[in-house]
Amino acid sequence: MIRFVAQRLLQTVPVVWVIVTATFFMIRFVPGGPFTAERAVAPEIMRNLEAHYGLNKPLYVQYLDYCGKVLRGDLGPSFKYPTRSVNEIIAEKLPVSVELGLISLAVALGVGLPLGVVAAVKRNTWIDYLCSSFAMVGICIPTFVMGPLMILVFAIHFGWFNASGWYGPMDRVLPSLTLGMVYAAYVARLTRGGMLEVLSQDYIRTARAKGASDARVILKHALRGGLTPVVSFLGPAIAGIVTGSFVIETIFQIPGIGREFVNSAFNRDYTLVLGTVVLYAAFIIGMNLVVDVVQVWLNPKLKFE
Amino acid sequence: MNPVETERGHSLWSDAWHRLRRNRLAIAGGILLIALAIACAAGPIFSQSYEEQNLDLGAAPPSQAHWLGTDTLGRDLFARILYGGRISITVGLVATFVALAIGVTYGAVAGFVGGKVDSVMMRVVDILYALPFAIFVILLMVFFGRNIFLLFFAIGAVEWLTMARIVRGQVMSIKKMEFIEAARALGLGRRRIIFRHLIPNVLGPVIVYTTLTIPAVMLLEAFLSFLGLGVQAPMSSWGVLIKDGSEKMEEFWWLLVFPGTLFSLTLFSLNFLGDGLRDALDVRASKD
Repeated sequence: MIRFVAQRLLQTVPVVWVIVTATFFMIRFVPGGPFTAERAVAPEIMRNLEAHYGLNKPLYVQYLDYCGKVLRGDLGPSFKYPTRSVNEIIAEKLPVSVELGLISLAVALGVGLPLGVVAAVKRNTWIDYLCSSFAMVGICIPTFVMGPLMILVFAIHFGWFNASGWYGPMDRVLPSLTLGMVYAAYVARLTRGGMLEVLSQDYIRTARAKGASDARVILKHALRGGLTPVVSFLGPAIAGIVTGSFVIETIFQIPGIGREFVNSAFNRDYTLVLGTVVLYAAFIIGMNLVVDVVQVWLNPKLKFE
Repeated sequence: MNPVETERGHSLWSDAWHRLRRNRLAIAGGILLIALAIACAAGPIFSQSYEEQNLDLGAAPPSQAHWLGTDTLGRDLFARILYGGRISITVGLVATFVALAIGVTYGAVAGFVGGKVDSVMMRVVDILYALPFAIFVILLMVFFGRNIFLLFFAIGAVEWLTMARIVRGQVMSIKKMEFIEAARALGLGRRRIIFRHLIPNVLGPVIVYTTLTIPAVMLLEAFLSFLGLGVQAPMSSWGVLIKDGSEKMEEFWWLLVFPGTLFSLTLFSLNFLGDGLRDALDVRASKD
């Protein structure tokens, strides 16, 4: 297993490098720069600014400089927030997004798994139909419709929550429900499918024949196998929760890294864009690796290649 | 869309049609989609203008004159939804077609050629799968301007991966079947085998996955529009309408609720139809 992980980590290096390179050159070849403002800046100030950030050097030198810095874990200074480094901005905003993501993931699994298991066990009864319809609703109402509707109903109409902001624990409820529900729906669907497949297999019948209780058969024997499709979905799901946070953080005005990423792209804050892309890429690739390891651990038939 | 109209392989398609007809949700979804497509295509010709402003009226709730109300500039919401639907549906179809073209070609080549070429090609797909593509689409749209052709291409270029995998798997399994061997034994050329024998037999999963790709594409378009990266005014799409509506929902709820409902209904219909087709054609394709 250690060999498998090491091998995969080695493969990750060129992928992250390609992403950094592609993004670096893409943002340099587009019109407009971080200092093109409505108010024209005097040419000598412009030159000083560019010299300060090393923008006057040949492109390949800038590129090599940047790569060297990234290897040392330094993502450079932000162009739009002159006194701050990208590392500082990420250190400040990332915990917010991670918290939102983790709570949403907990919602997705906490709601989705039980629904899926119940639907599979009570197959083709009204309980099953209820759970499956819930899943379809969750999949078909996008977060950017659900989020504003949640605000409209629970914050404005009933006044139970704040419409936006990220201060107290109550402010976590609406955003993480909105983000988590979509994935809860997918998880419920996949769990149902996986459980149905497993429940019809011989070893389940054996367990029942040996007199194991329903709860034991379902939770101990079936769930482990039934979870396989859910686990393989978790890789894309985590990537989805990350990008979903762009919208959620915009709707609920949460000071997280997702909103920062979108703003930095609009502002052409090169270093901040690059920094967040590197962060996202490394994170998503890393999570995919974790998912692969968990999958083998859950299903002994698979082997680490 | 209607599988019966494809001319070859009668028994498979007519069987599938019988099974599909029994699935009421899928049929309802199909009917709704056809109605919606006709309304969006023909509606703007008959209905009120989507850009004509009536500033005195401002945002008015639903009434006899304006069925779904008007927006803050006094423009008829119903007309705007129909017009926005044109853009959303066009993006959905064209970008899906781009994804289809790339995915089917890529998957078919990998599956048919096999061997080292196949393993390299699929390794590339594996790597691309792990990339945060939505992020690249956002960057593309920000940096190169909100061009609708770029939108088609960018979305299509993101959504082809699963299609390539499905087609490859299907081609691999069909390639080894007797009737292909028989065709080869009869001395048919490679091209003829691919176009006459392989592709028609891969069609089922491709149709199913296409119906499931369209909602994904429309969702991505709306997602971009919501972030302010979709089509530009005065053009409009459902995503743009939802974005505008969500900004004004506190006072004018109808601006959010009607476009949002219609968009969700469309996604429902497409998903039910896709699921129905999958059951009818008995395809075991992954659902992501």
